This record gives sequence, C-alpha cells and structure tokens, in this order.
Amino acid sequence: MKKRIPLVITFITGFIIIVSFFIPHRPFGQLETETLIWYAIIFAFTLIIGVDSLVRLHVRQIRRRKKGWWYSIVFFAGFFYCLTIGIISIIRTPNPFQPGTAFFYGYETILIPLQSTMFALLAFFVASASYRAFRARNIDATLLLIAAVIVMLGRVPAGYKLWHRLPAIADWIFDVLQIGAMRGILIGVALGAVAMSLRLILGIERTYLS
Amino acid sequence: MIFLLILSFSISAKDTPDDAGGSITINAYNIPEGTQRILLYRLAGGDTIYEEVGLISIFKGEYDDASVVDGMEYLYRGKAITEDRAYVAEIKEYISSSPEWFNKSRTSVLLLLILFWVVVLIYIQLAKKNPEGLFIRRLPPLEAMDEAVGRATEMGKPVLYVPGIEYITDAGTLASITILEMVGKKVAEYDTRIINPHFDPIVMTIAQETLKTAFSEAGRPDAFNKDDVFYLTSEQFGFAAGVDGIMHREKPGAIFLQGYFYAESLILAETGYSIGAIQIAGTNATTQLPFFVAACDYVLLGEEMFAASAYISREPRLLGSIKGADLVKSALLILIGAGVIFGTIAFIADNAGNPTYMEIFNKILEFLARAAS
Repeated sequence: MKKRIPLVITFITGFIIIVSFFIPHRPFGQLETETLIWYAIIFAFTLIIGVDSLVRLHVRQIRRRKKGWWYSIVFFAGFFYCLTIGIISIIRTPNPFQPGTAFFYGYETILIPLQSTMFALLAFFVASASYRAFRARNIDATLLLIAAVIVMLGRVPAGYKLWHRLPAIADWIFDVLQIGAMRGILIGVALGAVAMSLRLILGIERTYLS
Repeated sequence: MIFLLILSFSISAKDTPDDAGGSITINAYNIPEGTQRILLYRLAGGDTIYEEVGLISIFKGEYDDASVVDGMEYLYRGKAITEDRAYVAEIKEYISSSPEWFNKSRTSVLLLLILFWVVVLIYIQLAKKNPEGLFIRRLPPLEAMDEAVGRATEMGKPVLYVPGIEYITDAGTLASITILEMVGKKVAEYDTRIINPHFDPIVMTIAQETLKTAFSEAGRPDAFNKDDVFYLTSEQFGFAAGVDGIMHREKPGAIFLQGYFYAESLILAETGYSIGAIQIAGTNATTQLPFFVAACDYVLLGEEMFAASAYISREPRLLGSIKGADLVKSALLILIGAGVIFGTIAFIADNAGNPTYMEIFNKILEFLARAAS
C-alpha cells in the first residue's frame, strides 16, 4: 500500500500530462502550467528543508571544530546578511531585486562578481583538460588533436593567412561531423527519456519511490 | 493608382488553430510601401465603436489577438499608416474564437509516441516470457562502480556523488537517483562514507530516502548518515564553488558526476582530477559530454544513463523496454537514411524539371516540422 498509492498517483498524473500535450482545450491545456505552479509552491516549502539542512550542517561543523570550520562562520555571516537586507528590502519595496535596494546592491556587488570569478576559472580548466585530451596517445586521440587544431586555426585570422581553406574545413568539421554526432546522441537521449517515462508511468521503474 | 493600392491592402482573421481558445489571428496582405505601422481595431458584437487592440507586425504581417472571449463575435479593421496617408482594410464577416480538442500540429508526435510505446510494451511482454533471450552490451562505467567505491574504501576516503543541477522533473536527474541507489548499496556494503551535496531541496529529500533504503537493503541501516546528504545552494556557480570546496577538504577517493550539468561540469571534473579521484560521469546534456570525456575516467553517454537500472538489476521488464527503444531507434535510423536518399533523388529530379518528388518531400518535411513549431 505504501508503494501502490504513489504508483497510482504517478500513473494518473503522467497519463493526464501526456494527454494535455495533445489537447489544448481547457482544463487539459492549462495542466502543465498548473503543475509548474504546484511545483513552485512545493519548492518554496522544500527550500525551508534545504536551508534547515544547510544550517544544521554548518552548526555541526563549528561545534565539532571540523577541518575548515571557519568557512562555516563565513557562511553564517553571508546567510544573516542576505536574510536581513532581504527582509529590509521587502519591507521598503515590493521587489527586492529592484535597483537601488540594499539587497540588489549586495547581489550586484558581491554575488555576481563571485559567480563571474567561478565562471572565469573555466578558461583555465578548458586549457588543462584540452592538454590531456589532445595528447596523441592513440589513433582516436590523434584524430581529436587534428580536428581540434584545424577548428582552432580555422577560427582565427592567422589560420586563414596560413591556408585560406582552413576556415571552410573548420566549418565543415563543425557543421557536418560534430552536428551529426551530437544529433545521434540527442536522438538516443530523447528516446531513452521517453522509454524511461513509460517505465515510470507503468511503475516498472520504482527507484524514485525508495 | 491610389485607388488600386487601397483595394490591394487587405486583412483576414481566423480562429487561431490548435490553441486553447481566447485567440484570433489577424493577417495583413499587400502592405503599402512605406508603411510605418499598422494599427488594428476591433468591434465586439453589439458594440458600435471600434477599439484599438494592437499593432500588426509589418515584417510578419500578423497579429495574435489574445484578449478575445470565446464564442463572442468580432469584426476587425486595419489601418496602415504611411508618411502621407492611411490605408484602411476591414473584414466583412464576424469571427469568433473557440478552443480545440486536438492539436493537429502534433499528429506526427502522437503517431511516433504510440508506435514507440506499442513496440516497448511488446518487448516488455516478450522479456517476461523469455528473460534469457535479452542481451545488453557491456557498459564499462557501470562495471567500474565497484572498482571506484572499492578504491575509495581502500584509501580510507569518502565517495562524492553529485546529482547535477537540474530539478526532479528532468529525466537525467531521475536516472541519477537510480544510479545513486546502486552506488549507495555498494557504499553500504564496503562500509565507506558517501557525501551527497544538492542543488535542489526536492532532489535532496528524494536522495535522502533513496540512500536510506539502499543502506537498509544492504543490511546496514545504522551506517546511513542523513547529514551527509545536504543542500548547498540553488546558484549554479555557488554550487560549483561549494562542491569544489568539498573536494579539496574531504579529498574523496571516487567521484560520481551523474545528472544534468551546465557550464560547471568541467570546473567540477577538473577539480576532481586535480585531487586524484577516480571519476565516473554521466549526463544527458549533450553539450557537456565532451568535457566529461576529456576530464573523467568513465562516462555514461546520454541514453546509457537511462539504461543503468536495467543493466545493474537485469530485471526482464526493464531490459525489454531498452530493447524496444533500440528497435525504434533502428527504425528511425532507417527512416532518416531513406529520407536523405529520397531528398537527394527529389533534388536531382527537381533540377531535371520534374518537381513532383520535391513537392512530396516538402509536404513530408512540413508535416514533421509542424510539431516543432
């Protein structure tokens, strides 16, 4: 019974959502939007569970003086800073993300630069990963190396100067070989996802129920 | 000349097809040269004055009036304004909107879905009757799970499992939960620790229950630590920074990156590589696959993630569904090949002065593309 009820709910919900994809008439047409609203409401409540989990984790880190426990103090400083200015901004203006509010100021001057910094690291990681991937250890890696060199040279003016046909070859690798492989994987992913959905709706796949 | 132009500018209105009602589509034809804007006016049944409802796009020559009431009748008037004068066009008959019971543009999707499901269901039935007759090719990343968890245990290090940064509505996240259960069982058997940070609190709640069950099924419910499954943040790069921090502090021996990832995929995989962990990745995000292939030891490519539960459990019904999906995939491949050949023949015939094949080919393309529009 503990598993049967969720399975029935999954079957009915899954079936209705599929039907609503093909029937625009009310109430079916609006069901997807409605479920997304429900999801947003559930998400808001589970966020409380998430924050509770995060706070308890950091309290434990500080109590037990675990390695790097001072980072937890940084967490609490950031947490209470956001909470305080968030509440103040909501009281003052209906939208705390409005430019000029203390919350927006913190978001723009602290969070966005921090996120940009993390994103910028990607350039270095791309370089180190490419170095390893392009080492000509075997035929596959050598082909990858040749393709990468052609594509990179084909994208810069120096490549054109070297040989005027390089940009066209780079485009061909991109538009024919690369797109063909990507589409093949994409078709597999899409069909795999549909097959998995069918398994979930029919109750064959039950891991999510635990 | 001006008289001719006034006659040529015209508008038409129709109930917007395949919608939930509440919308009428107005098209403008022969828009006069030099038109700066086309104002659209509407007269509701029973009213005497036209009200302005919007501007018809000069480029598309189309406007969707989504402010109508189903069943109520309307008349429309368009006014194309140029620098020196205005041209007026009207529709003569009342038009009303109504909701549709079937979205005809999605017929091709429905047909394919029915075909796909029938084939999969047939194979599930066949698999139940003859479970021995099903073969699934070797998936090295799943075979390596034992090795990865075993290595982490030998080194006295924990296992880190990252389920991506999508929500539970994503198929990749669902597949990741399935793989998490398998990894959880192995972790419990080997008596090691699993750290499982999350981007979404709903996924976190499900992961907590999944791991709890996995530990119970492995006969070690006491070893499960709920606090090791925790929420980090719902900010993409904040999450990446948090997971990188965990990698550097905890130095996990094995890292599983399974789920849907975006630009943070390489940041995580490269950090994992830098600490010397064995890494098994898997994602249905095709754009991130090359990064994982470059930086990780093993990678589950797209659909292989969805086959993980069948591969590990060898449950006939699950295997049957994979076999069915493969058959449909083969059929699609043949259809794509046939389409390419037919398209080429149609092109050659069209150039030789016979457009019939090209017309048929274009009609097929239009039928298939309508669903995507």
